[in-house]
Amino acid sequence: MMSQSLVMGPALPEILLAVLALAMLMLGVFRKGDTTALVGWIAVAGFAVAGVMTLMGSGHDTELAFGGQFINDGFARFTKVLVLLGTIMTTIMALSWMKREGEGRFEFPVLIILATVGMMMMISANSLMSLYMGLELQSLALYVIAAFQRDNLRSTEAGLKYFVLGSLASGLLLYGMSLVYGFAGTVSFDGLAEIANAGEVSTGVLVGIIFMVAGMAFKVSAVPFHMWTPDVYEGAPTPVTAFFATAPKIAALALFCRVMMGPFEAYAPQWQQVIVLISILSMVLGAFAAINQTNIKRMMAYSSIGHVGYALIGIAVGTTAGIQGVLIYLAIYLFMNVGAFTIILAMRQKGRAVENINDLAGLSKTNPLMAAAMTIFMFSMAGVPPLAGFYGKFFIFMSAMDAGLITLGVIGVLSSVVSAFYYIRLIKVMYFDDVVEPLDRLSGATQKAMLAISFVVILLFFLVPAPVVDGALAAAESLTGGTSALASSH
Amino acid sequence: MQDMLLEYLPVLIFIAIATAVAAIAIGASYVVAPRNPDSEKDSAYECGFEAFDDARSKFQVRFYLVAILFIIFDLEVAFLFPWAVSLGAIGMFGFWSMMVFLGVLTIGFIYEWRKGALEWE
Amino acid sequence: MIVQGLIFYMLAAIMVASAFMVVTSRNPVHSVLWLILAFVNSAGLFLLLGAEFVAMLVVVVYVGAVAVLFLFVVMMLDINYLKVREGFLTYLPMGAALGVVLLCEIAVLAGGWTMAPEAMGLRAVPAPEPGTISNSQALGQVIYTDYVYLFQAAGLVLLVAMIGSIMLTHRSHPNVRRQKVADQIARRKERTLKLNKVPTGKGIS
Repeated sequence: MMSQSLVMGPALPEILLAVLALAMLMLGVFRKGDTTALVGWIAVAGFAVAGVMTLMGSGHDTELAFGGQFINDGFARFTKVLVLLGTIMTTIMALSWMKREGEGRFEFPVLIILATVGMMMMISANSLMSLYMGLELQSLALYVIAAFQRDNLRSTEAGLKYFVLGSLASGLLLYGMSLVYGFAGTVSFDGLAEIANAGEVSTGVLVGIIFMVAGMAFKVSAVPFHMWTPDVYEGAPTPVTAFFATAPKIAALALFCRVMMGPFEAYAPQWQQVIVLISILSMVLGAFAAINQTNIKRMMAYSSIGHVGYALIGIAVGTTAGIQGVLIYLAIYLFMNVGAFTIILAMRQKGRAVENINDLAGLSKTNPLMAAAMTIFMFSMAGVPPLAGFYGKFFIFMSAMDAGLITLGVIGVLSSVVSAFYYIRLIKVMYFDDVVEPLDRLSGATQKAMLAISFVVILLFFLVPAPVVDGALAAAESLTGGTSALASSH
Repeated sequence: MQDMLLEYLPVLIFIAIATAVAAIAIGASYVVAPRNPDSEKDSAYECGFEAFDDARSKFQVRFYLVAILFIIFDLEVAFLFPWAVSLGAIGMFGFWSMMVFLGVLTIGFIYEWRKGALEWE
Repeated sequence: MIVQGLIFYMLAAIMVASAFMVVTSRNPVHSVLWLILAFVNSAGLFLLLGAEFVAMLVVVVYVGAVAVLFLFVVMMLDINYLKVREGFLTYLPMGAALGVVLLCEIAVLAGGWTMAPEAMGLRAVPAPEPGTISNSQALGQVIYTDYVYLFQAAGLVLLVAMIGSIMLTHRSHPNVRRQKVADQIARRKERTLKLNKVPTGKGIS
C-alpha cells in the first residue's frame, strides 16, 4: 500500500502547479512593488507547461496514482486541457484588466493557480474523498476571487452569496457522499462501480446519489440550483466572471460526467430521470429568463445556465456519443465565452466600464470589427450553422435522438430557438440602434489576440472539426469503456 | 470497545458532579439569598454602564482575522496528534509527508508575516 | 449495553433540543451558546461510537475555535435582530409543511433501505481491530501514507483559507509606526546616548 501511494507520476502537472503557487506566493510577497503582472505571466506559463505535460503524459493509457485516489485517463486529459486553456485565456484577460484598473494584487493569480489545481483534482478524482477535496480547493479559491474587489459592494456581495450557497451545496454533496459510503461501504469509484454492477439497487445509495446530483447541479448552476449564478456573475469583476463562466464550469461538468458514468453508471435508469428534469428546466429557464435582462453579464449568466442544460442532455443520454457531445459542447462553449467576455471587457465609454446591453447600441458604426466578432459569437451561441456552436448542439441532440430521448431533444431544439431571440436582439442593438455614446476602441495586443483566436476558432471550426471531435470521442470512450449500460438496455 | 468506554466513566461522573454543583449553587442562592429588588438599586449608578443592554457593537475586523488564522493553525496542529503517536509505524514516508504539509503551511505563515497580518499596529 | 443506550438517547435528545434552540432563540448570542452545547453532545456521540480522536477534535476545533469565531461574527454584526425575525410566522407554515413532507419521505424510504451485501466488510477494511490499537494511532497509520494525496490537498485548502482571509480583510496602513523589536534589541548605547561634559557655570551652547 505504501509504495502504491507513492506513485505520483500521473499527477505531475498538478504537483507542478501546486509548487508553482507556493513559489509565486513567496515571489509576490518578497519582491517590492506591484508584482501582479510578473506573477500572472509566470502563472500563465505554468498553465501552458502543465497543459503540455498533460497532453504528452503517456499516450492513451489509464493510470492510477496515490493508491487509486487519482486517475488520469483520456477523459481527464481532454477536460484538463480545456480547463487549462480556459484558465490561460481568462488569466490573460484579467491581467490586462487589472493593469488598466490599477487593481492588481498578486494573490489573484496565486489563487487562480490553486483553483486550477483544485479543478484538475476534481477531474481526476477516483474516490469520493478526492472528489470532495478537489472541489473544496477549487470552490474556496473561487469564493475569494469573487470578492476580490473588496471595497466594491457588489463584488463582496457576490463573494458572500457564492460562499453561503456554495457551502450549502457542498453540504448536500457531502451528505449524499456519506449516505453512499454508509450503504455501499466504500468511497473508491472502482469499488462503488463493482457494488452497483453486482447487487440490486440499494435505496440508501440512490438517495445519496440524488443528494450528490443536487450538490453537483449547484456547482454547474443547473436549475433549480441556479439562483446564485446571475447575482455572482453580475457582481463579480468582469474578468472573474469570464473565468467563472469557463474553467470551473467545464471542470464541474467533467466531474458530473465522471461521477455519473463512472461509479454510478449501473444506476443510470434511476438517475436518468433526475438529470432529464434538471436539463429541461435549465434549458427553458435559460432561454426565457435571459430575455428580460438589461445587464449583459446577467444575460450571460442565464445564457450559461441554458448551455449547462444542453450539456446535461449528454449526461442524461449516458452513452459514449452523449459524453462525446458534452465534451465537444464544452470545447466550443469555452471559445464562445472567451470571445464574448473579451468584448464585454472592452465595453468602456470614456475609460469607464459599462455593462448594459444598450451601451452596445450602434457598435457596427463605431467599431464594425468588434460588432462583427460579437455577432459571430452570438450566432454561434444561438446555434446557427455553420458556426461552431451549431456543432456542439448538433452532437448533443443527435445523441439524444439515438438514445430514444426524443422529447428531451425536441425541448432542447425549441428552447434554443427561444434563446436565439435574445442573442439576436443583441445583434439588432449593435446594428440597427442609434449610437448614444460610442464605445472606446479596443486597446491592448493581448485583448486583440484573444478576440482573434476565439473568432477564428468559432468561425472556421467547420473546416477542421476533426481534432476536437475525434479527441472527444477518444476521451468519452475512455470514460464509458466504449459501451454503455443505457445503450444496451434500449 | 466496552473497555474504551469504561475509561470515560470518570468523565461522565465528573460531568454529572459539575452539573449538580452548578445547579445547587444557583438553586441555593435562589432559595436562600435575600432579594429586595428596587428600580433605583437596579439602575446604573450615575454614568455607569447599563446593566442590561445590547452587547453588540462593531468589532474591528482584525479580531476576525486573528480568529480565523487561529482556526487554520488549530487544524494544522490537529493533524499532528495522530502523526506523533504513529510515527514509529509509518516510517520515513510518513515523516516526510508531514514535513511537506508543514512546509506548505509554513509558506502560508511566511506570507502572513510579510504581509503584516500578525502585527496589531 | 443498556447504559450505553441510555447515554446515547440522553446525548441525542439534548443535541436535538439544543439544535432546536439554536434556530429559535431570540438572541443570537444564545444561539451560539446552544450551538456549543450541541457540539459538546455530538462529541459525546462520537465517543460512544468509539471515535475518540474525532470527539476530541470536535471539542478542540468546533467548541474551542469555531464557536468563538461565531461569537465574534455575531457580535460584529450590528443589526436589528427583530427585523431579521420578521416574517418568521408567515414562513412557518410553509417551512413546517416542507419539513413534514421530507420526514414522510424519509419514513417511506427507511422501510426499503438495504445495504449492499458487502458494505459491512468493505467498511471494516481500513480500520484495524478495535482494542488492539488506539484511535489516533489507527488514524495516523493511514492518513500520512495511504491517504497522503488527501492529506496534502488538505494542506493546500488550509493555505487557500489563509491567503483568502488575509486578502479579504487585511489592510496595511503605511503611515502607522510599527514596533521593530529587532531594532530595539540591536540598539547600542553609543547610538542613542551622548555624554557631554558641561563645565560649571557656562551652560551648553
